[in-house]
Amino acid sequence: MSPVPITAEPVKTFKIDGQDVSARETESILQAARAHNIDIPTLCHLEGLSSTGACRLCMVEIKGSNKLLPACVTRVQEGIEVVTNSERLVKYRRMIMELIFSERNHVCAVCVVNGHCELQSTAQKLGMDHVRYPYLNPQLDVDASHERFAIDHNRCILCTRCVRVCDEIETAHTWDVMGRGIGSKVITDFNQPWGESETCTRCGKCVNVCPTGALFEKGKSVAEMAKQRQFLPYLVSRREAMIE
Amino acid sequence: MSAQDKPRFATLWLDGCSGCHMSFLDMDEWLLDLAGQVEVVYSPLVDAKEFPDNVDITLIEGAVASREDIEKLLKIRARTKTLIAFGDCAVTANVPSMRNPFGLEAVMKQVYLDSNAIQPQVPTVTVPELLDRVVPVHRIVKVDVYIPGCPPSAATIKSVVSELLAGKKPDVMALTRFGA
Repeated sequence: MSPVPITAEPVKTFKIDGQDVSARETESILQAARAHNIDIPTLCHLEGLSSTGACRLCMVEIKGSNKLLPACVTRVQEGIEVVTNSERLVKYRRMIMELIFSERNHVCAVCVVNGHCELQSTAQKLGMDHVRYPYLNPQLDVDASHERFAIDHNRCILCTRCVRVCDEIETAHTWDVMGRGIGSKVITDFNQPWGESETCTRCGKCVNVCPTGALFEKGKSVAEMAKQRQFLPYLVSRREAMIE
Repeated sequence: MSAQDKPRFATLWLDGCSGCHMSFLDMDEWLLDLAGQVEVVYSPLVDAKEFPDNVDITLIEGAVASREDIEKLLKIRARTKTLIAFGDCAVTANVPSMRNPFGLEAVMKQVYLDSNAIQPQVPTVTVPELLDRVVPVHRIVKVDVYIPGCPPSAATIKSVVSELLAGKKPDVMALTRFGA
């Protein structure tokens, strides 16, 4: 067992779904919930990267407030009563999933990550059996100019995990987001072909944190691409150990 | 049970690869049970030319890609109690919808005119007129049950159909997913 770090950080006690829980005051509602085995669905969140609140799947209710709050970027507070699974939340989560599926071209049957995709498995978990909104079917590019990897914008959900891992862990900051709203897209360098990027270190971290088939290794066919994430908690813990 | 008392069962094949019907046939010996429980009144697997009235359950494979598909669906919806979107093409428009981002005109040109055919021409007679965009079944008619999967497994189909025949509401997403 690894030693529990001794910390002087104040602890907050509160309720999640009626259960009494406690967490350090710098922790998010999501971290506290997961520490107590309470499941809140997420897509953009990934342990080891900063939280951004992009996908809104982790929204929770706090009693006494009308606002829905994203659990990944909302800190715990003394005495709050968090609800993670109300009828309203279930309805909105399903709506979010359907909007994501309708916005770009997610064709699971012919996708390189079919069977290894967080978007696909989350849709199933949330009971999404069809999409009520019209599919927009936009015409989007595939950039296969990189010698090892490719990006298919048809499958991108703009979670920005690639942007964050490249900036925070690899510290190359090759990836970023351009455009606004529905016209946003992830880009390499100044929207140059990935294969011509001067900052990309070819580490592949972006590919492995990507929740969908948007980023993949070349040479993998339908359903062959399984993402490897073991490196992330390891690198984060080594870095924390060095800082201490 | 006489033929009159049995639930009337049908299947339809729109813009799909017939893989869902192949998966249906993969139910093997349970097909004999099913044949005992229902009367199959219309299907690509049987020889009925006209979709009949008073059908209890209809499985629809495939996306909606042509005017003819829409006409069939409207008629079948009016004559069916429980209409099932059967497989990813029916539920999401899936692979047939991959032409949507390009538009019908560009696709027809690519396939029929720029393909080095001896007599390049876009077919206009005897084949149904294609829609500009391929859409899922529920964009055209009300769907009662969705079975995702490409194709849904034989076990999934068996489970859903037997639950429906028993008058229950199947929990389909516990059995299958998109792309399954």
